[in-house]
Amino acid sequence: MSTFFALLFWFATVVIVLGLAFKIRQYWVTPAPLKIPTTPAPTTQAGVVYRMAKEVIVFESLFKSNKWIWVFGWMFHVSLALVLARHIRYFQEQPWFWVNIIQPFGKYAAFTMVIGLLGLLARRFVVARVRYISAPSDYLMLIMLIFIGISGLVMQLVVRPDIIAIKEFFLSWMGLSIVDISFNTPLIIHLSLVALLMIIFPFSKLLHAPGVFFSPTRNQIDNPREKRHISDWAAKLETNNKG
Amino acid sequence: MADFETPELFKHIHIPKPVPGAMESVGPFIAKPDHQTALGFPAELVDNWEQKAVDAMGEAVKKYRGLAVFLDSCVKCGACTDKCHYYLGSSDPKNMPVARQDLFRSVYRKYHTPAGKFLSKLGLEWLIGAKTMDKSVLDDWYNYYHQCSECRRCSVYCPYGIDTAEITMAARDVMAQIGQGMKYSNEIIAKVYKIGNNLGLPEPALADTLEGLEEDIEDETGVKVELPLDRKGCDILLITPSADFFAEPHVDGLMGYAKVFHEAGVSWTISSKASEAANFGLFIGNYDNMRKISLRIREAAIDLGVKRIVYGECGHAWRVGYSFLNTLAGPFDFLDQNYPIPQHICEFTHDLIKKDKLKFDPSENDWMTLTFHDSCNVARGSRMGDKAGGQFTIPRDIIKTVCNNFVDMAPETIGEGTYCCGGGGGLLTDDLMAVRVKGAMPRMTALTNVVKEDGVTHMAAICAICKSQFSKVLPYYNLGMDMIVSVHQLVSNAIILTGQESEKGEPETAESKPE
Repeated sequence: MSTFFALLFWFATVVIVLGLAFKIRQYWVTPAPLKIPTTPAPTTQAGVVYRMAKEVIVFESLFKSNKWIWVFGWMFHVSLALVLARHIRYFQEQPWFWVNIIQPFGKYAAFTMVIGLLGLLARRFVVARVRYISAPSDYLMLIMLIFIGISGLVMQLVVRPDIIAIKEFFLSWMGLSIVDISFNTPLIIHLSLVALLMIIFPFSKLLHAPGVFFSPTRNQIDNPREKRHISDWAAKLETNNKG
Repeated sequence: MADFETPELFKHIHIPKPVPGAMESVGPFIAKPDHQTALGFPAELVDNWEQKAVDAMGEAVKKYRGLAVFLDSCVKCGACTDKCHYYLGSSDPKNMPVARQDLFRSVYRKYHTPAGKFLSKLGLEWLIGAKTMDKSVLDDWYNYYHQCSECRRCSVYCPYGIDTAEITMAARDVMAQIGQGMKYSNEIIAKVYKIGNNLGLPEPALADTLEGLEEDIEDETGVKVELPLDRKGCDILLITPSADFFAEPHVDGLMGYAKVFHEAGVSWTISSKASEAANFGLFIGNYDNMRKISLRIREAAIDLGVKRIVYGECGHAWRVGYSFLNTLAGPFDFLDQNYPIPQHICEFTHDLIKKDKLKFDPSENDWMTLTFHDSCNVARGSRMGDKAGGQFTIPRDIIKTVCNNFVDMAPETIGEGTYCCGGGGGLLTDDLMAVRVKGAMPRMTALTNVVKEDGVTHMAAICAICKSQFSKVLPYYNLGMDMIVSVHQLVSNAIILTGQESEKGEPETAESKPE
């Protein structure tokens, strides 16, 4: 079992790192030939950073759009961030001091994460418009995350696995060696689904995470009159004669 | 879709339950071979079009980062589902922005993503909503990508800024490339190439029209205000939508620009070569055509030796002018760099108002109570002035200067959240009347509310398409077709020309500003 999970996570790590690197490179090198910020838009680089920060940290556009999705979505993402931060301790001999500080918050975040996810899932069933646009994968993705959250909660509250052993396992896993430990059922579910999540990340809508930073409607400066914007392939068209 | 029902208006804009297939149709007329080839597209649907469409999609994703990001990033959260005026007015779920995008995304996923290719081999592509490119998909594309006015309202509300307009444009471009373009837009672009403007108005007719307008202004005011055509060595080249030359209320706006130029003491001209601000290359999502149309403006500016370019009231033209002209036809290093290139007529007039160079009698507009419709392309795809949001304040400042009675519509229906008139994006054609009337529902709701509550009598706009669309659809909602006016028509009514014969005598109200 230890060997299986070690191999699975090495594989999943390679997939998510290379997959994301490939997608980010694609977004990076693909030109945005025209200025298409959704206006009113910032007229300076600093303004764009501020706009993007609001978008990524407080989901500004979603807040404008729909308060229910915002409540559930924001609750889920902030909780997830806390939960992930809490898990850093499994990968460091001596965790950073702030990782220790947030431990209790991360504990409660697991609840709010699952509540947020259940809210989002309920919307998929209840709101006819959202039901119409949902593919099976949209439900499955939420269910997978809910199971990850619940299996984590079960380990926290009901059947505590040997946390010290798990930490040992991952520390040596990072050094490319395998330590034999025992896995209980919730841990098996938890780790399997996390690995699956990592593997599908670069092939699915989870690409919204890097995608948002490359969205030209949000990351472009509104200065087309002041500064000429031209992409490489468009510049080539200009080798044709022009007045 | 010859017969259709005009949506019922409620006090608040009503979010309907989805009614699948409500707007199913064959779509607008398909472009004739001549109009396809004039734009560089195949005359008719090519052999093996399925594969060619798939290939063209792949090319588009390589050329446009926005498209690549938008196709990958949607999480189907549903935030956009109640934001499109066509969905609100028609109840057809394929008019929800995300569903419209999915018509394209589902094919993209199948052929151009690892997940789609892998799952297709297992016969499991339905799991991620991936679809095969076939006739039914093409039919849906043709129908529903011509029920989008590319107004970008959805992009305001999307947490990732996904702009359905970009996907609509890509889909229309793919369809044109496989031989199934749209008649209305392509015919018009062909006319621009052949004659110089959307309406096919040749130079002599244009000269005649402008002369007639000069006479009208002289009859009305006693002042000789010129509307020059192809005059060399002027300060300003005016680029305006050709509807301004004859349609109501557009032409009253053109007379307004002429009076402002006259009072400003600048020399200006219209060009018969570039006698059209509109650029339908935007609507069909084709960079080459959009560029070719834009280059006429550059050439006209060089030929006539002007120092500045000013745009008349036209929404999408201003988006192309403001956001893209420098890219498509720049650099404009031969123009006077002390002025924005290009400049909007509202910016021009607003500057003069701020400098107190114009005299007005706003009581000339006292018989009206005005509201202002923010045109989608101006609101969400451009700017005026040097501050973000100037596109909202500048036209309103002008209206409030020349009119005493002004009321805004509900805040969520104007500004960046403005509802499209329903006729933008190349849909201003009679064969799409059902789409246009239904799509106007949200704006008509907001307008009807201010008519009832605030006694609004007229709605001003700065877009030729909005003006034409409203003239046509207002009667469907029991409102008068002449409710729609040009902003510079209001300026024209109120401006006091130097030496003007006035029945009122002294221009005593010139300085008085409302509130």
